[in-house]
Amino acid sequence: MKPRVLVVDDDSALAEMLGIVLRADGFEPAFVPDGNRAVTAFRESKPDIVLLDLMLPGLSGLDVCRAIRAESGVPIIMLTAKSDTVDIVLGLESGADDYVVKPFKPKELVARMRARLRHHDDIASESLTIGPPESPVSIDVPGHQVRRDGAPIALTPLEFDLLVALARKPRQVFTREVLLEQVWGYRHAADTRLVNVHVQRLRSKVERDPEKPEIVLTVRGVGYKAGPP
Amino acid sequence: MIENVPVASADVDGTPSASDRPLDRAPLRPRPDTLAATAAVLAGWWATSRRSAIRAGRATARAWSQSLQLRVAVTTLIVSGAVVLIVGLFLVDRITEGVLKAKRSAAIGQVDSAMTSARMTLGDTSFADVQGVANAVTSLKSELALNGTDAGLYRVVIKADAAPEALSDVFDDDPVPTALTGMVEQGRAAVQYGRIRTTRDGSLGPGLIVGEPIQSRGGLFQIYYLFPLNAEQDTIALVQRTVLLAGLGLVLFVAMIAVLVTRQVVGPVRVAARTAARVAGGDLSQRIRVRGSDDIARLGQAFNEMAASLQQQIQRLEQLSRLQRRFTSDVSHELRTPLTTIRMASEVLHARRGDFSPQLARSAELLQTELDRFETLLADLLEISRYDAGVARLEPDDIDLRSVVSRVVDANRILASRHCCEIVTHLPDAPVSVEIDARRIERILRNLVGNALDHGDGRPVVVSVGSSDDAVAVTVRDHGVGLRPGEAGFVFDRFWRGDPSRSRLTGGTGLGLAISLEDARLHGGWLEAWGERGVGAQFRLTLPRRVGQPLSSSPLPLEPADALGSTS
Repeated sequence: MKPRVLVVDDDSALAEMLGIVLRADGFEPAFVPDGNRAVTAFRESKPDIVLLDLMLPGLSGLDVCRAIRAESGVPIIMLTAKSDTVDIVLGLESGADDYVVKPFKPKELVARMRARLRHHDDIASESLTIGPPESPVSIDVPGHQVRRDGAPIALTPLEFDLLVALARKPRQVFTREVLLEQVWGYRHAADTRLVNVHVQRLRSKVERDPEKPEIVLTVRGVGYKAGPP
Repeated sequence: MIENVPVASADVDGTPSASDRPLDRAPLRPRPDTLAATAAVLAGWWATSRRSAIRAGRATARAWSQSLQLRVAVTTLIVSGAVVLIVGLFLVDRITEGVLKAKRSAAIGQVDSAMTSARMTLGDTSFADVQGVANAVTSLKSELALNGTDAGLYRVVIKADAAPEALSDVFDDDPVPTALTGMVEQGRAAVQYGRIRTTRDGSLGPGLIVGEPIQSRGGLFQIYYLFPLNAEQDTIALVQRTVLLAGLGLVLFVAMIAVLVTRQVVGPVRVAARTAARVAGGDLSQRIRVRGSDDIARLGQAFNEMAASLQQQIQRLEQLSRLQRRFTSDVSHELRTPLTTIRMASEVLHARRGDFSPQLARSAELLQTELDRFETLLADLLEISRYDAGVARLEPDDIDLRSVVSRVVDANRILASRHCCEIVTHLPDAPVSVEIDARRIERILRNLVGNALDHGDGRPVVVSVGSSDDAVAVTVRDHGVGLRPGEAGFVFDRFWRGDPSRSRLTGGTGLGLAISLEDARLHGGWLEAWGERGVGAQFRLTLPRRVGQPLSSSPLPLEPADALGSTS
């Protein structure tokens, strides 16, 4: 089955062009030109992935992003014309998994989309446990379930991938570049802000005290590693 | 010495003192440690007092240089003191002179009137008639004494050098200055100040002595009138005291006035200085409270106007900067969205160029490559406009500089092989930890290495990393055509081209080095160029270990060691 893509963009030429490129690459695109109708369109089309322009008439891209994130963990890739840190970090903090800066190359966009859709082909039963012994976090990889003290924790697929990547090699320190490649599918080191923001989002969900992390530890000057099992 | 020592040693030892042990009077030698301790205490005391004296001196110097009020007060004190001293001395001198002059003329008048009868009494006497002389002198004395009222009380002393021994009781032996007696003995009248025996208790005091000779038949009589000056001295002393007290009072009064006046001026000036410091510190809303319309008030008004205009200007600039930021962001968005569509359309065409006729296929290729250039140029323009708007922000992180350098070198391997050129790296073995914004530093190095490959004429490009305690440096050296004299100053200019005829494989926008320079500056670092015709060029990037630390020197030389020989 072709993966469904919801394209939220007010520029009709760009939307049409995106349609041509996405169809050629085996996606099934749906379009919505303004922010107000985006959430309804999202509920109706149930896409596998969302491409979201940040500057929209009506509800802003950030608000749409938050609204979708509130009800679903579906991958969201921002299309942004602004490469300033503030805009990107704001977008990531409101729930976007990844971003591409206009003007992007279609191959780059498709590669990112595929990287975000990839996690569906996980194999075999695998169960991981990390964190402090008195209150560990257990991960059921094929079931996409994360539990702490028996209570399930809702993570987006990206946060789940990030946690699994760290938990699979508990003693290894991952640089931000390595995480970008493994989780986001970036070939060349690009933007470590992506990692920083998502580690913070992940911590806010899995840590008992995000200020004193036990699950995802920072290794100063290098990167991150999983807490001891 | 011996007496003191047992007591001293007993005190030090804490044993009963010598007085408790009268038998134990054996002389003890002073213990060296006691002496040393004493010396140390003395040295310490000396050092402490010296230090405190120096400290006090410094404090005074500081107060002197910092307090206008103190300076004005002290200066006023000194100047008015000098003036009052001169005026006082002059006044006392004039009064003294006046008093003495009056006394003297009164005394001389007195003497003149008294001398007539004295000449009559003594003129006919002869020393042979001892009794006659004695009687004449005695009566003269009593007569003169009775007359002496106008110029105050006085005593009369009559001497006669030629008088026989029998008359010695009649004449007086009051001391009279020899200068005066000398004059009178020669038969001349004279006046002199000197010390005389006062009438009351016979002690010596200041006086005016008028001497007159009387030539009798028997010989020369010397008559001296002794006017005591005690009253005059008292008057003068009183005047001196009064002038001194009045002068002191006046000086203090003037100093106090100076302090009060300067306080009126200095107070508002201090307020102005404090307010100016706050304004300089960034609080532009600070104003001085202005009262009245005097000069100080005008100063305050002018200051407030300046602050208001400053605030206005800065607000205007902030507004402009905000607009500029908005503009940059808007242009970016407006340009980038259509460019994305074009880009995608071009990609689709480019991917299908095999199906096209040769002209169409070539057109698709040109469209694709020129779009790349256009994109890079747009990105660079936006980046530099961000610097111009002052909105570029540093996102520093602790990073091993070697990893950044390796990444850039690896990314340029393909380009290097296209130039048939080799990139040689000299990296330290230990990690070079430094606080940098990796994205910006990578961009600088990418620019420098791309540049070196472009101008390296196929000869090796050398990238070296060096570090010191507070700075790190990267040099990128090529052995190409180099720079003409003076060109090192231009290479960072926007759109500057060293040699317009040279082909450029990297397709630089002409903004790369300008952006790199801004990136380096944002880190508080240096980016410098060196080059020599035919020898090559070297760029050196120096960064502080920690953002915000000042740089004093670079761990690597700007001019490469292998080039030094060729220049000398």
